[in-house]
Amino acid sequence: MYKFLMKFLIQNKFFKSILKYQKYVLISFFVILIIGLFEALVLSPQDYLQGDSVRIMYVHVPSAWLALGIFSIISILSILVFIFKNKNLVLIAKSLAPSGFIFNIIALVTGSIWGRPTWGTWWAWDARITSMLILGLFYLMYLLAWRIFQNKSYLTKITSLIAILGAINVPIIKFSVDWWSTLHQPSSVKILSESTIHSSMLLPLLLMTAAFALFSLLIFLMKYNTELIKIKNKGLDRL
Amino acid sequence: MILEFLNMNGYGLYVISAFAFTLMSFTVLYLVIRLQLIKEQKKFVAKFGALSSNKAFEAKRQKTNQEILATGIFSKI
Repeated sequence: MYKFLMKFLIQNKFFKSILKYQKYVLISFFVILIIGLFEALVLSPQDYLQGDSVRIMYVHVPSAWLALGIFSIISILSILVFIFKNKNLVLIAKSLAPSGFIFNIIALVTGSIWGRPTWGTWWAWDARITSMLILGLFYLMYLLAWRIFQNKSYLTKITSLIAILGAINVPIIKFSVDWWSTLHQPSSVKILSESTIHSSMLLPLLLMTAAFALFSLLIFLMKYNTELIKIKNKGLDRL
Repeated sequence: MILEFLNMNGYGLYVISAFAFTLMSFTVLYLVIRLQLIKEQKKFVAKFGALSSNKAFEAKRQKTNQEILATGIFSKI
């Protein structure tokens, strides 16, 4: 299994074939986004307490989920980099970071916009919001490290270390609403138990999440492609 | 009808600005990544063109190089 996985990653066969499907990812993203936007802005009902401001949830929640999910993947890949010393895993992690960072910013900004009509404030040093801000700083450090440090072996260690340290923050974000008394409501969508969100709101939420995930995949493929060409450019210099 | 929809019972400014910020961020990120990709592809084609015939033959034998050259300067998306 390990040999197969390594062969699969080293030869890039999987990614070579996926790169060909970027166009289809883009089309699927647009189709699902349009359906998701229609559901979120037109068909989904108002909330009995928050009124129409609840519609911000359809961009805020998927962004937060994806920012967390992408950072978790980067952290896992970084641990694997330390164990297996596989350069391709570094490239995958690096290519995932830009979309994760953007989703983190979107979650913070849309959360702030949602906070104004709901809580009466743009910002509060609440456990969930603060831990999301810290995640954003880890993303920023990770991306800046790629630009600042030049030494290759040192760079891989530094970026992996940032991702692994940032992983400590991930469960804090997830459980912050349970551990501390915060302005945030507890999660309404649960995997292991029954969700408390109505299906008329769950459907647009899932559609928007799917669209955002496809966008993230598209950016990842383009960035990965760019990184591969950068390596090939260096290879041409050595000829 | 449209104004009523945009107003969203007084929450329109918040809702529309949140959606607009999201879509704007997507567009900016997409354009930045696409520009980086095009820049690297252009650099590759220029470097490849500057190679001597022997080196170009050697480089052309590599499958990934063939694929980069086959996509042309501009990516398909």
